[in-house]
Amino acid sequence: MTAAIEPTATWYLILAALLFCIGMVGVMVRRNPLVMFMCVELMLNAVNLSFVAFAKELGDVRGQTIVFFVLVVAAAEVVVGLGIIVAILRRKPQATADDLAELKG
Amino acid sequence: MFVCAAAMVLVGAVGVIVRNHPVHAALSLVLTLFGVAVLFVAQGAHFLAAVQVIVYAGAIVVLFLFVIMLLGVDNAEDLQLEPISVQRPLATIVGAGTLALLVTAVTQGTDAVRSGSGAGLDDATVTGDPDSNIRQIGRDLFSNHVFAFELVSVLLVIAVVGTVLLSRRPDKLDASSEAAK
Repeated sequence: MTAAIEPTATWYLILAALLFCIGMVGVMVRRNPLVMFMCVELMLNAVNLSFVAFAKELGDVRGQTIVFFVLVVAAAEVVVGLGIIVAILRRKPQATADDLAELKG
Repeated sequence: MFVCAAAMVLVGAVGVIVRNHPVHAALSLVLTLFGVAVLFVAQGAHFLAAVQVIVYAGAIVVLFLFVIMLLGVDNAEDLQLEPISVQRPLATIVGAGTLALLVTAVTQGTDAVRSGSGAGLDDATVTGDPDSNIRQIGRDLFSNHVFAFELVSVLLVIAVVGTVLLSRRPDKLDASSEAAK
């Protein structure tokens, strides 16, 4: 495949910024806790993408090592978060983020 | 290749936040994750691309789908319904503002990043060894970051045990106390 223009690190970083902002808007707009969680995953992926872009740009493998750690922590976060969501939805079926206001003073 | 993968990523990401059915949102998330994996390959991070597909697309999305099916929350959410009227425009404004800030930082801050200041990435096409990326990451992981690696494994064990405790049904306790009455 002949790439006419070689994408620079700036392109990857701007794509990561776009992905991060889409995820952020999603967290703020959506009410289903599961979909909000997926949007957090989008934001994590945007950060991973920028880490890999920096690793390529700086020629430093530590960027990729950190992405490995982010992946593991994201997996742990999803496991615990989904456990909490299951526990919540078992008590209150069809709950949205607005319904969880027990701690409201 | 970059344009195709970027289009995949963005279409998938927009799909996650505009699809009103959680299953469709999860499948859009898969599209985004595969696009990110393609971009990892394009930047020489072959190992991370493989891990991305296995862990994210293979495990995390399946977990999401399991929870959706298990809880039966797979009914469509009415996106027209908007409990707080100011929230959606405000979120859009905040998102656009953050995007503008990040893009400005990226385009203005190019001088701050000294290109190639690190030790260099092993490129498979240069070294002739297809495993060079994996080897380099492994060497870095087990020499410079071995303590963090062990900590992360402890974190995973804690997460698994905590989730088992969280998702255990409390029915047994209730049933025994009911029986005692």
